[in-house]
Amino acid sequence: MLEIKDLHVKLADEDKEILKGLSLRVPSGEVHAIMGPNGSGKSTMSYVLSGKDGYEVTSGSATLDGADLLEMEPEERAAAGLFLAFQYPVEIPGVGNMTFLRTAVNSQRKLRGEEELSAAEFLKLVRTRAKSLKIDADMLKRPVNVGFSGGEKKRNEILQMAMLEPKMCILDETDSGLDVDAMKLVAEGVNALRDGKRSFLVITHYQRLLDHIKPDVVHIMADGRIIKTGGPELALEVEHNGYADLLAEVA
Amino acid sequence: MRRAQALAAKREAAAERLSRGDLPKGGAWITAARENALERLHQMGLPARRDEYWRFTRPEALIAAQAAPVPLMIDEDAPQFGELDRLKLVFVDGVLNVAQSDALAMENVEITTLEQAATQDIHWARDLFGVLESRGQAPVERPLAALNTATATQGLLIRVTGKAPRPISLTYLRADDAGDAVVHHVIRLEKGAELTLLESGPAAARLSKVIEVDVADGASFDHIRTQGRDHGRRALTHLFARIGAEASFKSFSLTVNGALTRNEYVITLEGDDSHATVSGAVAGDGNDGAFHQDDTVFITHAGERCESRQVFKKVLRNGATGVFQGKILVRQSAQKTDGYQISQALLLDEDSQFLAKPELEIYADDVACSHGATVGAIDEDALFYMVSRGVPRRQAQDMLVLAFLSEALDEIDNEAIRDDIQTRLELWVERHSA
Ligand SMILES: Nc1ncnc2c1ncn2[C@@H]1O[C@H](COP(=O)(O)OP(=O)(O)O)[C@@H](O)[C@H]1O
Ligand SMILES: [Mg+2]
Repeated sequence: MLEIKDLHVKLADEDKEILKGLSLRVPSGEVHAIMGPNGSGKSTMSYVLSGKDGYEVTSGSATLDGADLLEMEPEERAAAGLFLAFQYPVEIPGVGNMTFLRTAVNSQRKLRGEEELSAAEFLKLVRTRAKSLKIDADMLKRPVNVGFSGGEKKRNEILQMAMLEPKMCILDETDSGLDVDAMKLVAEGVNALRDGKRSFLVITHYQRLLDHIKPDVVHIMADGRIIKTGGPELALEVEHNGYADLLAEVA
Repeated sequence: MRRAQALAAKREAAAERLSRGDLPKGGAWITAARENALERLHQMGLPARRDEYWRFTRPEALIAAQAAPVPLMIDEDAPQFGELDRLKLVFVDGVLNVAQSDALAMENVEITTLEQAATQDIHWARDLFGVLESRGQAPVERPLAALNTATATQGLLIRVTGKAPRPISLTYLRADDAGDAVVHHVIRLEKGAELTLLESGPAAARLSKVIEVDVADGASFDHIRTQGRDHGRRALTHLFARIGAEASFKSFSLTVNGALTRNEYVITLEGDDSHATVSGAVAGDGNDGAFHQDDTVFITHAGERCESRQVFKKVLRNGATGVFQGKILVRQSAQKTDGYQISQALLLDEDSQFLAKPELEIYADDVACSHGATVGAIDEDALFYMVSRGVPRRQAQDMLVLAFLSEALDEIDNEAIRDDIQTRLELWVERHSA
């Protein structure tokens, strides 16, 4: 279970508070969605949870199955089971996609004290998982995300997620910029990973992704806090009426 | 007046450094070549700090009459190119060691030592020894190459008449803390001949090396070298090449460690439809004592439709310095030239520096030339992306360093050789990981 309590975060080198008392619980096995206007702090939340530099936590806590995430190095958080599908996946020239995947999988195993996968085991695994996401051999050979289309980058994120088998998956606008077919592929990839224990936090602006990945709970975030939590119907309300009414309610 | 005075001082320094009586003895042809080189040296004088060509690299340590001693390094890495099938020739402290070397013989290749050839009155190398060096003295003077020609007694004369069945590898070992090595090789590839030349090892506390390569029409020369790991070593190398028509020339260098390395390249594409590539990967850490590495390249296009590439990548940390001076000169005759040049440095901290001077000088109207020099730091976004996937920060940074250098290594065509170089680089990165 991911548990965030009254989290306050400011920019490290500027006196600007971005998360202003964020609280959130995602029990294991559940899918939660976060919606909210641009600039409300959704990406910042996912970065802070995964340990990106440049932010300062001034108060509050964030734990994964009771373990203090904020005390860990980013790679330890990953090994502890946290995964972030980036809103803007990064291109890494000169590092092969396959090499990167294998290094990541084995680094996590090492950090957890597990045995590393052999080249053959890894290859077999990556081939089947890539295939279901329609990722071809060429994409696996190319440098990480270099020259990938928007849709290819997002599918590559899901492939990484499938290979790393995290406990807690955060998807930051994974549907943005995808056509319907690509979005379906991504949604299928996510659904294939739902096993009753793994949790998901899906950040999105659109109901259409939630048609495919059915959330148990929907949160609305504004100005660095969760302002409303409800069932799937909350997403439909946003889809029809926008955020204006919800924002007015709390104002 | 100022300039005249400076020149007089440089000439005086040259006269002091070497006079006729100091020249090694030999047969008529080599004596003439050495005397001509001495004359060139006396005309030009020794390089001085004020010289434009030495703006980024101080020449003093290379000029001093005596080399500063440098402790021998016990290099525990597997020997470079050790797994490759090659004709292995070993120099110890700059002198060919027959006992440790294979026989100087291979199909389609004639090899003589400079020592032997020098005793003969006539030799094919007469038309090349000091000749390409001498032509390479304009428009930029390279007095220390002339000094090498005048004084070198060690080196190989290699004539290739067809496809060499195996690479020739020259390994330069050290047995002594102190000392200079002055080595001068002459290589002639006859029409359609092919040779891969491998070089590795530190050679000496201070190395002066000149290679003159004549690549005839349709011939192909591939050169891959690594410069030894001894921290304090200094080296000045010159590679002079003349390239005929429909010929290919490639040279790759790996420099890790060394207090001072300067590699000068003087390449002339004389014939039409030829190709030349010079490339280098550099990894330097100032904490190893000192690290200053300089690639100075001058490529002249005279023939039509030739292609030239310069690809240099340098990773620098802890006060290390990288220098790149690269020029493409396109003569009026050289229509349809395709010239490409890129030099990039990755600085791992703020103490390190990269000094670059890319130059184009073009007299033909129908050419495509591009050049770029960049300096950057580790891409923090890429680094975070990698650690967020569970790769420890140190390892992620090492991967990015190797990725950065891979663009230069990609210039090596032979996969086995490239892997060998890659391994050496990975070991270095691992040792210097922070
Ligand atoms: N590194 C940063 N530097 C400056 N401003 C930032 C930085 N990170 C986030 N912000 C600001 O914080 C706010 C929240 O941004 P973000 O988390 O990206 O919102 P969302 O993902 O909900 O659109 C925005 O006003 C944004 O400009
Ligand atoms: Mg965002």
